[in-house]
Amino acid sequence: MKVVNQEIPSIDGKSLMMGRQAYSNDFADTDSLIIKVLRSPHPFAKIEVIDISAAQELPGVVIVLTYVDFKRIPFTRAGQGYPEPSPHDKFVLDEYVRYIGDEVAIVAAVDEETAIRAVKLIKVEYKVLEPILDFETAYNNQQILHPEPEIHEMFPIGFDPKKNIAAQYHMEIGDVEATLNKCDVVVNETFYTQAQAHAMMEPHTCNARFDHLNRLVIYSSTQTPFHIRRIISQALEIPIARIRVIKPRVGGGFGGKQAVHGELIVASVTMRTGKPSKLVYTRKEVFESTYTRHPMRFDMRLGAMKDGTLKAIDCQVLSDTGAYGEHALTVFMVAGSKVLPLYNKVDSVRFGGKVVYTNHTPAGAFRGYGAIQGNFALESAIDVLCHKLQMDPIIFRQKNMIKEGESSAIFAIMGEGTEGTPMTMDTCKLEYCVQRGMDLIGWKTKYPRQVVSKDVVRGVGMAIAMQGSGIPLIDMGSAIIKLNDGGFYNLLVGATDIGQKSDTVLAQICAEELETTIDKIIVTSSDTDLTPFDTGAYASSTTYISGNAVLNAAKAMKSRLIEEAAIMLQTTIDKIVFNGNSFFDSQKKQKISLEDLSNRLYYNQNQKQVATTGSYVGHKSPPPFMAGFAEVEIDIKTGETSVINYVSVVDCGTTINPKLAQGQVEGGIVQGIGMALYENVIVTKNGKLVTNSLMSYKIPTRLEIKNLVTEFAESYEETGPFGAKSVAEIGIDTPPAAIMNAIYNAIGVRINSLPATPEKIWHAINERQNNQE
Amino acid sequence: MKIEFTLNNRTISTHILPGEYLIETLQKCNIHSIRRGCDTTNCGVCTVLLDDKPVPSCSVLSAQVDHHSITTVEGIAHETEKLSAHFGKEGADQCGYCNPALALAVFALRKENSHPTSTEIDEYLVGNLCRCSGFKNQNKAIAAYFEEEAYQEEQ
Repeated sequence: MKVVNQEIPSIDGKSLMMGRQAYSNDFADTDSLIIKVLRSPHPFAKIEVIDISAAQELPGVVIVLTYVDFKRIPFTRAGQGYPEPSPHDKFVLDEYVRYIGDEVAIVAAVDEETAIRAVKLIKVEYKVLEPILDFETAYNNQQILHPEPEIHEMFPIGFDPKKNIAAQYHMEIGDVEATLNKCDVVVNETFYTQAQAHAMMEPHTCNARFDHLNRLVIYSSTQTPFHIRRIISQALEIPIARIRVIKPRVGGGFGGKQAVHGELIVASVTMRTGKPSKLVYTRKEVFESTYTRHPMRFDMRLGAMKDGTLKAIDCQVLSDTGAYGEHALTVFMVAGSKVLPLYNKVDSVRFGGKVVYTNHTPAGAFRGYGAIQGNFALESAIDVLCHKLQMDPIIFRQKNMIKEGESSAIFAIMGEGTEGTPMTMDTCKLEYCVQRGMDLIGWKTKYPRQVVSKDVVRGVGMAIAMQGSGIPLIDMGSAIIKLNDGGFYNLLVGATDIGQKSDTVLAQICAEELETTIDKIIVTSSDTDLTPFDTGAYASSTTYISGNAVLNAAKAMKSRLIEEAAIMLQTTIDKIVFNGNSFFDSQKKQKISLEDLSNRLYYNQNQKQVATTGSYVGHKSPPPFMAGFAEVEIDIKTGETSVINYVSVVDCGTTINPKLAQGQVEGGIVQGIGMALYENVIVTKNGKLVTNSLMSYKIPTRLEIKNLVTEFAESYEETGPFGAKSVAEIGIDTPPAAIMNAIYNAIGVRINSLPATPEKIWHAINERQNNQE
Repeated sequence: MKIEFTLNNRTISTHILPGEYLIETLQKCNIHSIRRGCDTTNCGVCTVLLDDKPVPSCSVLSAQVDHHSITTVEGIAHETEKLSAHFGKEGADQCGYCNPALALAVFALRKENSHPTSTEIDEYLVGNLCRCSGFKNQNKAIAAYFEEEAYQEEQ
């Protein structure tokens, strides 16, 4: 392969570093109205009186909107395919506010200062209601968060708002209780994960205006432009044909920009005023008023025989979706469906639980999407079991984990909100990943611990993980390739580059098939008017789903070009050989260059436009796999812990661009390390998020990240474009479990609640010492 | 009030509002490379060079730059291009949102220390956050840039 699997620089990196006009806010009209949102100071309240007169009278204020200005149309902001597996439980503005930061009123003014002043002039009388801030008390609580009659589910997801349940699910294969009763060793552990924040560098940004056709044009930092267009149309009753959504460059998403955030607000303001408007979230709003990762509690029970055969897994989950049920069911299900098949040889497996409403910032999509939470719980519990069995955790995993050619009954049973799709692991290099990772970290010499000094110890730990490659039979990507005079191509894709560099990866796939170089492929992506449909950048789908769509379009282009060349050379297609630059007729010994062919087609002879389309829906979701190995160093006097080495060995099929794939893995690893050790979420007793800035919410910096070693297994997935599977999410999954396992191996205490702050570790060490004394 | 300052070797005379921050003034001057990230001087995304020193433009009052010099990547395109080539080679450029500011911080480091160690690079750039890259490819690219520049200087 000449272009695929090559370390080609990204097509837009240079321009972005040089500061060119690229991101949503760079395209805002200079005379845009500036929008500010009044947000709730209470975790749960009913608006009794809202007086906007003083704000409206302030010179420079153009419009003030409250819930009375909106028709009550329930929708979900989730940004998923239609019908969504999330309850329609949100109104653009509502008379109830359900978390600190929920929208109360919208102000648009001629400048920012006026908008901020106007927001302060709005007088609201709230009837403050008792909030639910402990998700373990939400189910069946007498306080009901969503009493409104209009809300509904789109198809059965277990939605039961009278019991504060956004979604619920249960499945069982075999008989878990009976199997556990027969096991020699059973472990029973509870784990908690926190409401991690995405903390992408670009805050959520969007702006709107009317164009020369009097259509509403929105630039947005979104991961799902086509879903955004549909949701704006449904929630605001604007004909969909009147809306154009353009996603320019996006400064990071990680799931946090999958949903609708400010788009409905700018659309409302511009529709009502006729004026361009823009909304840039403050960092505080990004923290408080967008999304978090779903916090979860896992009650895990595992059973095994003395010889180390894993027999049963019971995984009961309680998930906190916050004030609205976006991604409630699907994130929850992925905590099982993309975790439990790792151990496919068990006799019985059970997964179930509830996703409850609370008065927290809503939870939504976040890289890993449930799998990281589930992986932390399962892979931690596996190590607890290994300790009880007195068995090396690697030997245990090698014995019990899924292998190439095998399957799991779970694939057929559990999908994302619906039934799943049966599949066999045609590529699964986990055995290699584990073996290679063991060598790279130096497991044999380092396991379980090394004493550095009186106060400093090191430990190693590991975890295995899987993810998916798109949602089978739901996620669809498509591409149009257009031949231009001069012999170069436009590649139009709905796929959404949010900084993961998918435009580059898709151009590589296109160039490889058309046997040309990447500079001949001009990519335009994510414009609902100009590019064909794509579900968007989520579920690790772009390389596999959109990549296959590009490959299909490129194959079609190749055939079309050969047809045209045959006509031009007065021969038949079977005689034509195409090398990317020229078409050769071997018999007649004549040739025509692509440039010449395209120029003739457009200017002189047999004139016509040559363009092809391709689309793709996955019939399976081949999982990428990885083994992650952490080496931690702990100061037992202070509890301070750092990851001094992290080894990742990944099977993602062919890496279309090895350096960019490495960036995806390492970016995920560092976010995973953040979730494991640093990203503490602090909420006050009355529901106020304390960690609402980059000063108080600690993401890893260059100084925390010591040594990362990332390698890829040789792997070729037959159904993927040039053998590729996905690589966007898999990197984030292993650090929480691998690091907690390493901490246990170092100091003999297990942290079951993330993040493992120095304080928690210090307390755990002291508690153990006190118990021993 | 009216201020006068040098922006990328051009003289700018402009009226500012009381309490106006440099980031706002620069955006009015059509500088796209300076962007908001956090409002609390933690992320480094709005970094500019004020008399060759990196400062967060979200927290510098425009009045403070009167008769001073401001540099953004738009003013040192050639140097930025060289650094960006190393980022491309190492696959270090993901969303790119923080990269113009990071480039400026790298150039400021080079003025102070043309042969930094890997630890010195990490310490100098610690205020430039990145949520995409995992840092390692960035640091390889930055080290390669320093190496190449040092080599060029010796020639």
